[in-house]
Amino acid sequence: MASLKALRARINSVKSTRKITSAMKMVAASKLKRAQTQAEAARPYAERMQRMLAALAVSAAGSPNAPRMLIGTGRDQVQLLVVVTADRGLAGGFNTNVGRAARAAILRLEGEGKTVRVITVGRKGRDYLRREYADRLIGEYSFAGKKRVEFSDVDEVAARITAMLAAGEFDVCTIVYNRFVSVISQVPTEARLVPLPMPEAAPAEKPAGPQAQYEFEPDEEAILAALLPRNMAIQLFRALIESAAGEQGARMSAMDNATRNAGDMINRLTLNYNRTRQANITRELIEIISGAEAL
Amino acid sequence: MPTLLEIVSPDRLLLSQPVDMAVIPAAEGEMGVLPGHAPMIVLLQGGTIALHEGGRVTQRLYISGGFAEVTPERCTVLADEAVAVAEVSRSAAEARLAEANAAYAAADKADIPALDAAMQRQQAARAMVAAAEAA
Repeated sequence: MASLKALRARINSVKSTRKITSAMKMVAASKLKRAQTQAEAARPYAERMQRMLAALAVSAAGSPNAPRMLIGTGRDQVQLLVVVTADRGLAGGFNTNVGRAARAAILRLEGEGKTVRVITVGRKGRDYLRREYADRLIGEYSFAGKKRVEFSDVDEVAARITAMLAAGEFDVCTIVYNRFVSVISQVPTEARLVPLPMPEAAPAEKPAGPQAQYEFEPDEEAILAALLPRNMAIQLFRALIESAAGEQGARMSAMDNATRNAGDMINRLTLNYNRTRQANITRELIEIISGAEAL
Repeated sequence: MPTLLEIVSPDRLLLSQPVDMAVIPAAEGEMGVLPGHAPMIVLLQGGTIALHEGGRVTQRLYISGGFAEVTPERCTVLADEAVAVAEVSRSAAEARLAEANAAYAAADKADIPALDAAMQRQQAARAMVAAAEAA
């Protein structure tokens, strides 16, 4: 049985762990609120862009010289995965889940004989994938020093992907990230960026209603050429801020659990400590009494 | 009946209010949007958006580029970046212009798309300086 001193030290150490985890939980809760507000504030832009894109895509998709970003290169040999994770750990299964989803995707695609390339955003994803797939990693980004993700940061990543597409370095681009479902639930999700997934067969049902007849200035192609890279940046941005909100949510629940576990452990250890102490007292008493009786 | 003007930047909805007329900096020249305008999708260049209400300009915003969707009831501006003209900083604008000029000078003169992009940046920066001066 552990000595009283060792038990006391143990209890104190678990107590300080509990303090740390409960402080982290509090910090995550306040950051979560900020991240959620940011995610909600970004929604109007993405929604309106989607609407404009839908109007444009319908008229442009049919033409053979539609931009690559809309219809892809027509092949699916080289697959680019953009893996979005957090920069820090201690968030439960948050990072591992995305890592596992990315790994599954790599295995599946390579099983089909495709070439896979990976860009990671966030340190944890890089660390996870570097062990096994170092040779597929072609780029890594991290916004660890930033308090929050700004749109201009994402532009850099989007510009890289756009340039790669223009140079024909990949055919299909998919982003893997944690979708924010609720504070306690984040789902690793794959979303395709290139070619752009088409909105479900709306034109077939509604043949060019009056509101669909847009005029374009300067012309459709010029607008599409500007709108598509923008849309990609927005999709990335959205994934990043959703992931940022999810990270805080995951950390909050992980730290909540940890705090509760620490509490349980303290209770168990305290019980153990008291029992040991009582046993020691009893033993000493017995020793004294039997000593006195022997005289 | 006024038209509803919405200005959205990537990180938030900046403005959503009915106006009598909005003047937006379209890629091929300024364009006034009145209620009942034909549906259009327009590419925007750097410049200022002016809100007209009751025959006066009530608000000006600088945008560095973007898109606008115009319908008879609504004008939605997707701005790359938008700031109220009063808040545009002269020094930031000039720094940006200098940067854009440098980028243009450094750009490969044979690479037409890159050159176009650099010229667009210059134009947006010049519009920003102009906006700062007007404020």
